Amino acid sequence: MGELTGRTVFPGEATGEPLVLDAPLSFWGGTDLSGRIVDEHHPQRGATLTGRVLVLPRARGSSSSSSVLAEQIRSGTAPAALVLTEPDAILMLGAWVAAELYELRLPIVVLTPQDYARLAACRGPVRVSAGPENAVIRLG
Amino acid sequence: MADLELSEEDEAMLAGDHGEAAKLCLRMVIALARVRGATRLLTVESAHVDGCLYHGQAGLDFVERLGELGGRVAVPTTLNVGSLDLRHPDLVHADAETTANARRLMAGYTALGCKPTWTCAPYQLTHRPAFGTHVAWAESNAIVFANSVLGARTDRYGDFLDIGAAITGRVPDAGLHRDVHRHATIRLDCAGLSRRLLGEDAAWGVLGHLAGRLAGSGVPVLTGVPATVTEDQLKAFGAAAASSGGVGLFHVVGVTPEAPELAAVASPDLVPHVVDADRVRAIRDELTTAHGTDLDALCLGTPHFSLTEFERLAGLLADGAPFHHTVSAYVTTSRAVLAEADRLGYAETVRSAGARIVVDTCTYLTPILDAGLRTAMTNSGKWAWYAPGNIGVDVALGSLAECVASARAGRIVRDEALWAS
Repeated sequence: MGELTGRTVFPGEATGEPLVLDAPLSFWGGTDLSGRIVDEHHPQRGATLTGRVLVLPRARGSSSSSSVLAEQIRSGTAPAALVLTEPDAILMLGAWVAAELYELRLPIVVLTPQDYARLAACRGPVRVSAGPENAVIRLG
Repeated sequence: MADLELSEEDEAMLAGDHGEAAKLCLRMVIALARVRGATRLLTVESAHVDGCLYHGQAGLDFVERLGELGGRVAVPTTLNVGSLDLRHPDLVHADAETTANARRLMAGYTALGCKPTWTCAPYQLTHRPAFGTHVAWAESNAIVFANSVLGARTDRYGDFLDIGAAITGRVPDAGLHRDVHRHATIRLDCAGLSRRLLGEDAAWGVLGHLAGRLAGSGVPVLTGVPATVTEDQLKAFGAAAASSGGVGLFHVVGVTPEAPELAAVASPDLVPHVVDADRVRAIRDELTTAHGTDLDALCLGTPHFSLTEFERLAGLLADGAPFHHTVSAYVTTSRAVLAEADRLGYAETVRSAGARIVVDTCTYLTPILDAGLRTAMTNSGKWAWYAPGNIGVDVALGSLAECVASARAGRIVRDEALWAS
């Protein structure tokens, strides 16, 4: 049990099991439209992101990641939420466009490294509530 | 969070005075500005749009929405690769629905007033942004080249924001637009590498890969490399660094325009990572997923082959044997560079050796390679990094000469002396 407060990069509400990535991920080239990690070099290749609260240190790679994320949101294969240690403009834009076009909101939250580590260590579903000012993640 | 101050023009655009598409796009630019902590917006002089590559319905819905709302670009805007070769449509083996959607997407961007350049290397076209000018470029290799080699200023823009900036002419004053973010965060000392190895584009792809891994989204600076570094080598470095990391800017001391000396871009206590031949070879091997020497394909031109690369390749092929009949060779470039390569005879030499020249798109992101090809060789660190995941081939990274020798022999041929030096 517990509660973490972070910074909202993109507002929204979601609940899901955390999926903690051991390495940064590029959505383009690193994930497919079914929501799987296909990056040959990623330690969690083959993992499915769909519906998970994706906890990753940061994004990397292609600027097409915004299109891939928007399409995953549209088709229902996206993670439920993204939690990072630094804001990522490319992923935020994917979420922004999906909200504009389809009114589907994928919250994106940034935590301090300490809180990120607490989230990464937790088990069971978490609830992400990202408001206009700050975001709250309820553990357990 | 810092307050964002909007100009009168911005306020007018938000009120809809420039049309509904500009209003939507400025709202997007402002959303980004808030995330980036910008206090104002900047005017850009040009844009390069990455969003014309088809990734599914969402991208198509977005450009068609902008079209319906009367969108029109406000600044000169070039277009990145699409998912089709419009000049050689039979080269792409996509299904009919994907082909139709990809064509609609490309048409959607052209209808907004973007130039149909279809290249990931807009810096190879005639217009180049001048040193210090603000631009909005998307496509990771184009971003890193504009910032590093041209000394123009763009942040790491992605799909959607690219066209948003083109339509509004505005971007947040944040990230790499600002001096404070243009200082080096890691240093790679390459003084121990041989001039011969540093003469190879493939070695620069390897160095870029290493720099991306070490720097993440920071700014690498390279020291100890000769001032004779070519643009093609800088292109290879930046493309790989932007793939393995989130690098949007690098410096090469004595070469790139913001780094006449180390002190101009780095603090004196930045501890160097010493890069030796063993490290370079280890990264080359990490980027090589092929086992054994079987070879089915050669893929060059990621980012798009330049005219000087065509000249080098044609030189290597001029008097020699054609490619082995079991190897399918592909060179990707832009239609603008191909026109020049045709005019100068390089393209014909490359075709005579057995290669297919692909324009408007790239071999690592659309189904171009013939079915059944399992192992490909490339001199591009970026191609080597992405192709196994994207198109399911095994890859071997090598120098252009190794690529040509291998494609002629029909199996992977290494020049180990090169990589040991």
